[in-house]
Amino acid sequence: MNPYLPAEAEIVERIQESPAIFTLKLRLCDPELRAAYAFAPGQFNMLYLYGAGEVPISIVSDPQEPDLLEHTIRAVGRVTDALAALPAGARLGVRGPYGRGWPLRQAEGHDLVIVTGGLGCAPVVSVINYVLMRRALFGTLTIIQGVTHAEDLLWRERYARWNALPDTQVLLSADHGSPLWPWHVGRVTEVFDDAAIDPVRAIVMMCGPEAMMRAAVRELGRLGVQEQAIYLSMERNMQCAVGHCGHCQYGAAFVCRQGPVFAYPEVSALFDVRGY
Amino acid sequence: MDDRTQSPEPQFLPRARLQELVDALKRAGFRCVGPTVRDGAIVFDSLDAVDTLPFGIHDEQQPGSYRLHADDNARAFAWANGPQALKPLLFAAREVLWRARRQADGSLRFDSEQAAPQPLAVIGVRACDLAALAIHDQHFVRQAHGASPDPAYARRRAALFLVAVNCSDPAATCFCASTGDGPRASSGFDILLDELDDGYLLSCGSEAGRRIAAGLVLVPARREQSEAAMQQSARAERKMTRRLPGRNLRDTLFGRLEHPRWNEVAERCLSCGNCTSVCPTCFCHAEREQQQIDGSESAHLREWDSCFTRGHSQLHGYVVRPDTRTRYRQWLTHKLGSWHDQFGRSGCVGCGRCIAWCPVGIDITEEAGAICSEQR
Repeated sequence: MNPYLPAEAEIVERIQESPAIFTLKLRLCDPELRAAYAFAPGQFNMLYLYGAGEVPISIVSDPQEPDLLEHTIRAVGRVTDALAALPAGARLGVRGPYGRGWPLRQAEGHDLVIVTGGLGCAPVVSVINYVLMRRALFGTLTIIQGVTHAEDLLWRERYARWNALPDTQVLLSADHGSPLWPWHVGRVTEVFDDAAIDPVRAIVMMCGPEAMMRAAVRELGRLGVQEQAIYLSMERNMQCAVGHCGHCQYGAAFVCRQGPVFAYPEVSALFDVRGY
Repeated sequence: MDDRTQSPEPQFLPRARLQELVDALKRAGFRCVGPTVRDGAIVFDSLDAVDTLPFGIHDEQQPGSYRLHADDNARAFAWANGPQALKPLLFAAREVLWRARRQADGSLRFDSEQAAPQPLAVIGVRACDLAALAIHDQHFVRQAHGASPDPAYARRRAALFLVAVNCSDPAATCFCASTGDGPRASSGFDILLDELDDGYLLSCGSEAGRRIAAGLVLVPARREQSEAAMQQSARAERKMTRRLPGRNLRDTLFGRLEHPRWNEVAERCLSCGNCTSVCPTCFCHAEREQQQIDGSESAHLREWDSCFTRGHSQLHGYVVRPDTRTRYRQWLTHKLGSWHDQFGRSGCVGCGRCIAWCPVGIDITEEAGAICSEQR
């Protein structure tokens, strides 16, 4: 078996989320592969665009519906720019799922704190979707998201809807606000005090820029959250996704295999060092 | 591969009969590859007649320097190594992993490259090369760190026959004794030779090796010959003066990530990636597309990459290692540090290639020594 070989998939639906962000709903063309496909939130696929190459993209749909694989993608490079131009019905290649996802089983019965920064942070969208569909399995849900500009926020109405749910709190923060921005203006770590985090019951899952995650880890430590209760999704250059090509190495870890989700103590030794 | 223990009784193959070893391998279906001189260096290339072996050739290696010279020495293996040995034969510098074809209706077809390799026999492999091969076997085939086996590497590996030659003439850049990988080969070969003035001590390390040896006219080695081989290895070991400051430098290196030496070496290093190309254990590779000009087919290739390039650590919007300091530090702390966690040993086999082929002569033993020494 060739672990590098993609399988053909069809774009069933394409949604433009923002000028640069779009979602592709994909279905594997081979019914046997489709039936055998299973994934966990936090895992990713390699999407292949004919003639252009492959990119690692998180799966944001629900693991109980593996027939339709949703990928929310930001057009930021050669391959993703070209993927953005594909209409529904177009074919591409998919291989996966890869990596280790979020510890959602261990998190059952715990309060969940989701921390993200930046735009359309797909790895934690999968967690939020997962938890909202299985709300009774978890304690309180706190969603903390920081963006640079207020206009950057995606899915604004979703956040408002989530915030209205019982035992669910949404805390948004923009470094630069706007006239109609009802949330916090400033650094995302400034809203942690409003989150009423129970340091014993909380499990934290975060993704986003590493500087934001570093600040969040410090803030969570100040609030008494144990380091082993903090999980984060790391992003590195990934080309093979099977632990061979070497690009994603983070110290001894191959992010594509041992990650992308790590418990903070697994990465803490190098987390403050530039260059790893 | 299952039985590579050395047989206790070495045999002797007179130099005049060396061609018979090559012929026996060819009869058994192997394409033979061995050392020869090309472009002023020892390279591994097709070997049909043993007179293309580098008889009377010696290599003189220094930081940033590799020179050959010839004399009338009767030996064919009186040199240390060339820029490459096994790595490009197993882990190809560039190869197609699969091809995508776009059909008229827009659907895609993906096909693996399945070429069955011709069995390959490599003659003249060194102990350091065998140690590096064992690491690549772990990485590409034996699923170290949970990776899937690499089919192209695995196919070539399964069809490989290795004739090792114990190193009698280490270069000034060599330090395999310090890494524990040489100068004598202890495992991983099918046939092992010690080169003496009049011929070769021959012992077998596998069933396949014994089958080939059974087709040769061999005489039992005399005790003096066996002793001469051991003395030759002991001399080779003594000749190596370079050494690493320890077998496992992981904790020391990761404890000194802000050592000023990283800045100093970065001022000399050109970030050219020669060291990673010649390193027999470096495994990084990039993947890219090569489209047919008519758009009907796209080949998905991989080719060797280097952690000294900007692209190696590039993400959308930023580069994890934007400068030479962080790249050299990544290379060294991986090779001598985190490699232990990944493979249970250091990634350095002491071949010294990165020292000789560095255009500015950066010496890994000197840099590791400076960073790991007591003074900080």
